Amino acid sequence: MPTFEYAPAPESRDVARVRSAYSLFINGEFVEPTDGRRFKTVSPASEEVLAEVAQAGEEDVDRAVAAARQAYDRIWSPMPGRERAKYLYRIARIIQERARELAVLESLDNGKPIRESRDVDIPLVAAHFFYYAGWADKLQYAGLGADPRPLGVAAQVIPWNFPLLMLAWKIAPALACGNTVVLKPAETTPLTALVFAEICQQAELPPGVVNILTGDGETGQALVTHDGVDKVAFTGSTEVGKAIARSVAGTHKHVTLELGGKAANIVFEDAPLDQAVEGIVNGIFFNQGHVCCAGSRLLVQESIYTDVLSRLKRRMGTLRVGDPLDKNTDVGAINSPQQLAKIRMLSDVGESEGADRWSAPCELPEHGYWFPPTIFTGVSQAHRIAREEIFGPVLSVLTFRTPAEAVEKANNTPYGLSAGVWTDKGSRILWMADKLRAGVVWANTFNQFDPASPFGGFKESGYGREGGRHGLSAYLSGARA
Amino acid sequence: MKPRLCPLDHEPGKALRATPYTVPVSTTAAPAGSQIAEITSSDASLRRFLAGLPGVDQVGAEARVATLATRSIKTSAKAFALDLAIRMIDLTTLEGQDTPGKVRALCAKAAHPDPADPTCPPVAAICVYPDLVPVAKDALTGSPVHLASVATAFPSGRSSLDVKVRETADAVAAGADEIDMVIDRGAFLAGGYSEVFEEIVAIKRACVSPSGGPNAHLKVILETGELVTYDNVRRASWLAMLAGADFIKTSTGKVSPAATLPVTLVMLEAVRDFREATGRQVGVKPAGGIRTAKDAIRYLVLVNETAGEDWLDPDWFRFGASSLLNDLLMQRTKLRTGRYAGPDYFTLD
Repeated sequence: MPTFEYAPAPESRDVARVRSAYSLFINGEFVEPTDGRRFKTVSPASEEVLAEVAQAGEEDVDRAVAAARQAYDRIWSPMPGRERAKYLYRIARIIQERARELAVLESLDNGKPIRESRDVDIPLVAAHFFYYAGWADKLQYAGLGADPRPLGVAAQVIPWNFPLLMLAWKIAPALACGNTVVLKPAETTPLTALVFAEICQQAELPPGVVNILTGDGETGQALVTHDGVDKVAFTGSTEVGKAIARSVAGTHKHVTLELGGKAANIVFEDAPLDQAVEGIVNGIFFNQGHVCCAGSRLLVQESIYTDVLSRLKRRMGTLRVGDPLDKNTDVGAINSPQQLAKIRMLSDVGESEGADRWSAPCELPEHGYWFPPTIFTGVSQAHRIAREEIFGPVLSVLTFRTPAEAVEKANNTPYGLSAGVWTDKGSRILWMADKLRAGVVWANTFNQFDPASPFGGFKESGYGREGGRHGLSAYLSGARA
Repeated sequence: MKPRLCPLDHEPGKALRATPYTVPVSTTAAPAGSQIAEITSSDASLRRFLAGLPGVDQVGAEARVATLATRSIKTSAKAFALDLAIRMIDLTTLEGQDTPGKVRALCAKAAHPDPADPTCPPVAAICVYPDLVPVAKDALTGSPVHLASVATAFPSGRSSLDVKVRETADAVAAGADEIDMVIDRGAFLAGGYSEVFEEIVAIKRACVSPSGGPNAHLKVILETGELVTYDNVRRASWLAMLAGADFIKTSTGKVSPAATLPVTLVMLEAVRDFREATGRQVGVKPAGGIRTAKDAIRYLVLVNETAGEDWLDPDWFRFGASSLLNDLLMQRTKLRTGRYAGPDYFTLD
């Protein structure tokens, strides 16, 4: 038994006020799905059923898109930007007021540690709404033409890794620019989006400006292929992203895609080693590695390989894996059995391909979906675990000898979402950032997000940018300027 | 205080928490035991070694302690931490107005911090100026509380080496079993690493007990508020340890900022790496500015998750503090009784 055993410090789940059933949010009201179909959402940490959620069918998609169209034509797009901003500011403030409820609900439904939902997700959600509220009356100064116009109705499909944060990344800029939205949250994490629908009511947002449809892939497909939408925004897997791109090809629809990644976290021998180890841990074990920009490939200079590896293993030994609602938990539950199966499959592949597997010694809970923080050493570029996105707490460790080799290996991937560089040499950081084909390059840090900073990918990581001034162009048409 | 060189326990605990994992670190820059003499043999080699230590990224170090500061320590863990923190206190009075009466009162408090509760442990040590060591020695007779004296022209260190050595020997002869010396920050900032090194070695020699008893333990105060950068803190930590420090201590308490969590993080990393490289364990003492039980618990979490549980002991971690003790006592009573007692229920000294 450890000398200093932290007693359980669970956040109370009562504040989440989970209801037994939720409906669809269309035209400002909660309505039942037309065909009455429902599905269950579970807590991945315990497999306990949290609630029944409506499965939106094609008719529901029709209704939602029609409501969004009407709101767009009659209210939201003609409304002056400064008026739209007031609603966004109001939403941001309500999110702050209800932060604790949202954080607990997010951790329950998603499995992420409360420390992250409380200190990262929800504060960033509010920050995103505040940030884009500020743009709403300044769009003509965004460098997108003298009088940029909204696109219309946006169909938005978001993933399960940062449920409410991805909603904010989609809805805040869309609304600030004068678009209306129909958003489908992920099948396994619908609950915070439905509370967001309540927040829209609380903020007295005009009906139809935001519509939330819960459902599975079928719902998503019906939504993005609907003739009534002008814009499709998707965050999720590259596979689904490609399917969406194919389905909207040749239509009038604008598309932005934020897809997978296999980011390189590059550690040079002159790096601040203790902080680099923190950055490696934060890069791959933050949110159980369910992060599209996760630093899932560690590229470490061969001269410090042994040292970095032993420091990393020691640090991994202090990670606290367990109950997401415990305030001292560092690594929570894997979001779904499907994802757990995928992580296990790719880890087994890594082993069978000859890489060495090491997991932090930790006891995992009996129920729920769990995977221990794991690293693979002896990995080369030819291994599948160095190429495919695992989307879990699994790190592949590779080595390099020279800066040029580091760049070559980092770029040798079909993806290009993010990269990290660790060195005390400023000139090398600039040189690397110039050469790395990745949307974000972090220097001596990793997984830092800010609403003012654009985020997006190269190559199979997608196209379009979210966040910052660049994020506005995904929801505006400058052609009519 | 014999150095304990036992490896960390690998037995998996019951909790979900991962058990501490240790592997021998072959730090690129760190020396094996036999290499120490070589490193310290010349000014140039000492300088090369210290400059070769990995840098500290300020933003990253501060982010790490901010995360650890969110640890929620409740119920049984809190009870453990409060008692441990009391046992780790160097109860300090270092004022021009200190009198024998004040020191005697402090010694009484050190032995029995909470007269109302016999289960309350004593603090680790009393810390006074050298001239008051005889008074404290007398007052502490028969008590397990150690007696620490500051020395070497505390707090500025601005005196000749002869005077510093003499002052140290004087305090040891009068009965101090722990010496808190200050380094020559001027020499350090001017790049005179050898000078600082030699001075620590000389003071260490002056810690030898004249009566043939155990030598006084040497705590080396880096005065991190004057070194300013974390890189300097790391270098000064290694310098002090190479010169034979038993403890490295953040501050005198006379300079602001005194102890901070990020500075203590850097020092804990240094003692951890030093033990992995040489096998010798060195203690850490943050001093000054730690006033609340909440602060103290944050330090204990930092120790636990940086250097590891081997340092969770008064032999290896101390708090230099005075007002901290009463807040710990108040929280301790609250935990036991369920309510807060007013400040008048806890003794002043």
